Amino acid sequence: MEHQDSNEVDLESTLKSNARQLVDSLEQGNFGEAVQLINELNKARDRGLYLEVGKLTRELHNAIVNFQLDPRVPHAKEVSQIADATERLNYVVTMTERAANRTMDLVEQSAPLVNDLSSEADLLAEDWGRFMRREMSAEAFRELAKRIELFLARSQRDTGKLSGHLNDILLAQDYQDLTGQVIKRVTQLVTEVESNLLKLVLMASQVDRFAGIDHDHEELRAEQNKEKNPSRGEGPQIHADKRDDVASNQDDVDDLLSSLGF
Amino acid sequence: MKILIVDDFSTMRRIIKNLLRDLGFTNTAEADDGVTALPMLQSGSFDFLVTDWNMPGMTGIDLLRAVRADDRLKHLPVLMVTAEAKRDQIIEAAQAGVNGYVVKPFTAQVLKEKIEKIFERVNG
Repeated sequence: MEHQDSNEVDLESTLKSNARQLVDSLEQGNFGEAVQLINELNKARDRGLYLEVGKLTRELHNAIVNFQLDPRVPHAKEVSQIADATERLNYVVTMTERAANRTMDLVEQSAPLVNDLSSEADLLAEDWGRFMRREMSAEAFRELAKRIELFLARSQRDTGKLSGHLNDILLAQDYQDLTGQVIKRVTQLVTEVESNLLKLVLMASQVDRFAGIDHDHEELRAEQNKEKNPSRGEGPQIHADKRDDVASNQDDVDDLLSSLGF
Repeated sequence: MKILIVDDFSTMRRIIKNLLRDLGFTNTAEADDGVTALPMLQSGSFDFLVTDWNMPGMTGIDLLRAVRADDRLKHLPVLMVTAEAKRDQIIEAAQAGVNGYVVKPFTAQVLKEKIEKIFERVNG
């Protein structure tokens, strides 16, 4: 960076002193010297430009080496950090999907157990009421006693199963720890890549400065906005509660719809 | 009552299917985006459509527009269940003729309310 600063200072002072001399020469009618000075100025500008382009090329090369994205390197896919991050994120998708399915499997296996126990208990309670009100024959009571005995055995067996399922549901949440670690590492990589890219952009802007290139920022921004198409969808909104253009919960959605006459 | 559930994530389809079954709707079918859903709607006798917005192939909003543009399907009740929560998008869906809009994450209670409200209005 120090090197770059000295270059800049160099160019600026050359520009300034030559410019003054150029005005002097022109005022004195010394055109030969003036043309000579213009050449000098051009040379200084070109030198700066070449230096900056050279630096940018070197930085670009370093960045490619850092990202290990060079397709000429054998097994580039295996060593590329981006490819690795992609694989890690795919792992997260697989893990979360597996946990969700495992949990839903267990819930789907548990629901009929609970429903059956509950409906059988309802039936028994009804008959038990009849017995307590002495509306039941001895024969019917023996039948009821048998059903109660079966129900108790079944309750013991099924609640055992249910508590097993609940434990397994708890265990199925262990993906959170593993995927959390993976996502943190990928986040770190994204931050690194961003700061490297930012350095490159700064380098490139230095080239623009020497070359006198001026970008139309309005146009660039308009182009970026054009790429955003709300119909394609954007996925979940982060910080929805801090944004005015986003409904932060179902109540917000309902209010908006009812304001539209829904 | 035959219901089509459209979402690109199988876990979300499964959650919705389970919630619908709890509400007494057991006759459901699934599709993973608008491209597969539209021919199913056109050939099957569905009474209700639950769709996500953001899907590869054909999105939910495009599916909704295709349904409203189809003479035989245009009166089909459509409930959008989606993570898309921008006001512009909700207005867009309303203008396209959606019957209900539920943002993810949602509760069983919210889904139940919205479905009941839609049937009340359709039957009433």
